[in-house]
Amino acid sequence: MSGNPAMSAPVIETLFQRFLAEMLEDRIAVGALLVFAALVAVAVMAPFITPQNPYDLAQVDILDARLPPGTKASEGFTLVLGSDGTGRDLYSAILYGLRISLSVGALSGVIAMVVGASIGLVAAYVGGWVEATIMRIVDLQLSLPAVLVALILVAVLGKGVDKIILALVIVQWAYYARTVRASALVERRKEYVDAAVCLDLSQSRILFRHILPNCLAPLIVVGTVQTAHAIALEATLSFLGVGLPQTEPSLGVLIANGFQYMLSGRYWISFFPGIALLLTIVSINLVGDRLRDVLNPRLKR
Amino acid sequence: MEATPLLAAERIDKRFERRLDFAGRLAVKLGAAPGNETVHALDGVSLAVRRGEVLGVVGESGCGKSTLGRILAGIMPASSGRILWQGADRDRLTGTERRTVKLAVQMVFQDPASSLNPRMRVADIIGEAPLVHGQVTRAELGDYIDTILRDVGLDPAMKQRYPHQFSGGQRQRIGIARALAVEPQCIIADEAVAALDVSIRAQIINLFDELRQKRDLTYLFISHDLGIVRFIADRVVVMYLGRVVESAPTSALFAAPNHPYTVALLAGAPRLEDRKRAFAAIEGEIPSPLNPPRGCHFHPRCPHVMARCREEAPRLSEIAPGRLSACHLNQA
Amino acid sequence: MTPTLDIAGLSTHFFTRDGIAKAVDGVSFSIAPGEVLGLVGESGSGKSVTGFSILGLVDPPGRVVAGAIRFKGEDLVGADAQRLRSLRGNRIAMVFQDPMMTLNPVLRIGEQMTEAISAHSKATKSEAQARARDALGAVGIASPEERLTAYPHHLSGGMRQRVAIAIALINAPDLLIADEPTTALDVTIQGQILSVVQRLVARSHTALLWITHDLSVVAGLADRIAVMYAGRIVEQGAVDGLLTCPRHPYTAGLLASLPERAVHGGRLASIPGMAPSLLNRPQGCAFRSRCGLARPECGNAMIAEKQVGDRRFACLHPLADSAGQVM
Repeated sequence: MSGNPAMSAPVIETLFQRFLAEMLEDRIAVGALLVFAALVAVAVMAPFITPQNPYDLAQVDILDARLPPGTKASEGFTLVLGSDGTGRDLYSAILYGLRISLSVGALSGVIAMVVGASIGLVAAYVGGWVEATIMRIVDLQLSLPAVLVALILVAVLGKGVDKIILALVIVQWAYYARTVRASALVERRKEYVDAAVCLDLSQSRILFRHILPNCLAPLIVVGTVQTAHAIALEATLSFLGVGLPQTEPSLGVLIANGFQYMLSGRYWISFFPGIALLLTIVSINLVGDRLRDVLNPRLKR
Repeated sequence: MEATPLLAAERIDKRFERRLDFAGRLAVKLGAAPGNETVHALDGVSLAVRRGEVLGVVGESGCGKSTLGRILAGIMPASSGRILWQGADRDRLTGTERRTVKLAVQMVFQDPASSLNPRMRVADIIGEAPLVHGQVTRAELGDYIDTILRDVGLDPAMKQRYPHQFSGGQRQRIGIARALAVEPQCIIADEAVAALDVSIRAQIINLFDELRQKRDLTYLFISHDLGIVRFIADRVVVMYLGRVVESAPTSALFAAPNHPYTVALLAGAPRLEDRKRAFAAIEGEIPSPLNPPRGCHFHPRCPHVMARCREEAPRLSEIAPGRLSACHLNQA
Repeated sequence: MTPTLDIAGLSTHFFTRDGIAKAVDGVSFSIAPGEVLGLVGESGSGKSVTGFSILGLVDPPGRVVAGAIRFKGEDLVGADAQRLRSLRGNRIAMVFQDPMMTLNPVLRIGEQMTEAISAHSKATKSEAQARARDALGAVGIASPEERLTAYPHHLSGGMRQRVAIAIALINAPDLLIADEPTTALDVTIQGQILSVVQRLVARSHTALLWITHDLSVVAGLADRIAVMYAGRIVEQGAVDGLLTCPRHPYTAGLLASLPERAVHGGRLASIPGMAPSLLNRPQGCAFRSRCGLARPECGNAMIAEKQVGDRRFACLHPLADSAGQVM
């Protein structure tokens, strides 16, 4: 419809500048982005801003166990958020746990994205029975509950960060494959792909240099939402005791550890890690929502 | 004897089949959907483009003119028939020869918005192919792109910009520059000015003309707009539902169209000289290419229809030197 | 006689993130009953927004900021939504380039037509049905009885457009606004649509505003032509005079750009440059940067419209008229 003449006005800014400007228009998204950035920052700097390394058993004193927030530890520092059942400083444990949760989520997200996007791209470009087979596997994968599949995989593979990441990748690649295939199917019908064929450019060049960059927008949106899912899923698995080991506690492990004390009034052992997890997931999702609005051309006026 | 045409199509057929997947076949079994559908987009189309000429291809939607252009440009294969480049079957060429011939025919597209990759800078859009094919070195590339941009009337200073930062007319110039960058001999323009405003359209048409003289190009100019074809083309081919119905030198065709469809097309086009004209158009819809009528495809709409037209498709035959028409009236 | 539509100083602006786009900026024209006015302009000239403004269909961030739209003497700019709704589809009808803008894809053609009838008049079901059938027949659709039970997707593009026209004209409106209704159609189908509209409009004495980029179409259809450029009407007048002897350099340039009048093998007289952004419309004459006759004073202030006979144009240095007179 030609109702809006502003669309035809020449735009002088680059796509990225426009994207940034629109991104920053929404206060909630900006707030979420700041919260998320702060969480990443404290997670990265954890060793320098915590009084204790919770993985170093020599620094942990079992006598400090289950102390409420604000008590002094035997080492002399204040337990700002209290301590858990093994005497770890909760504040330190949360920051270290955040490190693990974020890196597991991000790493599994990136690997799943690369694997899924490549598979989806190939499916869209090759077509025929290859596409049909790939997409049926994707359908099958997506029809099974993610937690169930992950539980079974972890049960088979065993514990450990690498195993968890592998399980999360297997659970998530299908989302990326489906997203990329859908947008690649749209892109390959556009005339710039015909032009590239006419210019005798190689298939892999057309696929990865021409089509893929134009599929990035939906991929980024799915990527943020899926990373939040991955973090939540890892927390779920750890909470159920099949995720990460007690020696390297992620947020899920911390919540699980405190769960048995909930009814005895020692709420802080589960509560504070829970808040950290909540903040992480909600902030990523809010940023993802805004990304979807900004990057989706159909929602634009 | 005429010289060998630069580019020729010989009895080109193109069928688009929609193969059904399992769910589709199930739907057919249950009677919920029609079976495999075949669109016969091109039905035995032959034409020849002579070196240095502008050949116009005219027709309405569904006539197959864009499909023909894409097959001639090597973007999609024909279902059957041969494409000849200077007399040689293009599909039998190999190695560097194949590449040279493929690059010799380039295409300029209709939609200035979707025909340029939105994620690439203008310099990359134009420079990618010649660099990949080793036609220019990386050191020469900058100057090479500048020269082409100047040739198409764009300021080389803008080459680091993205397509969305240009107007429709400028984008079409970039599309032309991209085609020119691999030094083609023949350019296929598929509705290349249809999406542009009148005043911009004239600029681009003039640019096509300038480039033809400067670079010794041959054009296949596909358009639904008779006014433009009349102005730019030396010869015109008229298509209807996948077949060529008439071909003639431009002046002869517009002075005395032979095929009843061409007559209807010329009569139906609005003209600037009209004043309070009683528009009286040819009756009937354009049939679906999924299910074209038997015999002559135009017979359901033709005012001169005879019994023979319903059964037998007329052959394209010479009615005057250089003029071909596919109508039974010429044999009567 | 009161004109069917009388527009004075209409301005519709879009308040966008990047600034105010003056899509329509001081447009005035009128259409008498039974008259056909061709509103011609290139993309971004504001011709479609003018049409939407008359219908009260300008969506935010757009707004009619000034001017009057008098429909049979009644000003529509201040009218409430209720009043506009009762006029639309009844006294004022519209046809768009895409017929699916008015057709509902999930309703049968017959239902949509009878709905349009009963929304504005008290007709029994069978009366409405009969009127719908006749209307389809009048736009040249074969076997209209059958088509009443068809859905829009069963029809070809040309047929859909004819159905849209049949619905638009079913209540014999006083004004029909047609926005590029034949642009997406093939030449032979376009001829059919033009013939139908021409016949029906003449029969019901409907005033017709035909918005298009194509001068050739309105040459044979319209009584008068108004040429828009960058949100303003630069020239308007009777078809014959305007096409044979344009006074505004833009009209002349537009006509010269058409390949129809050019000699084969020659050059087209093109207009250099491109239309200005509506966000940043230059002062004075918006065409002056592309105009061969522009002088410094063309950039001074808003160019007042001059009237010579039935011709109106906004130019300080107009081209000579047919008698060779400049003013």
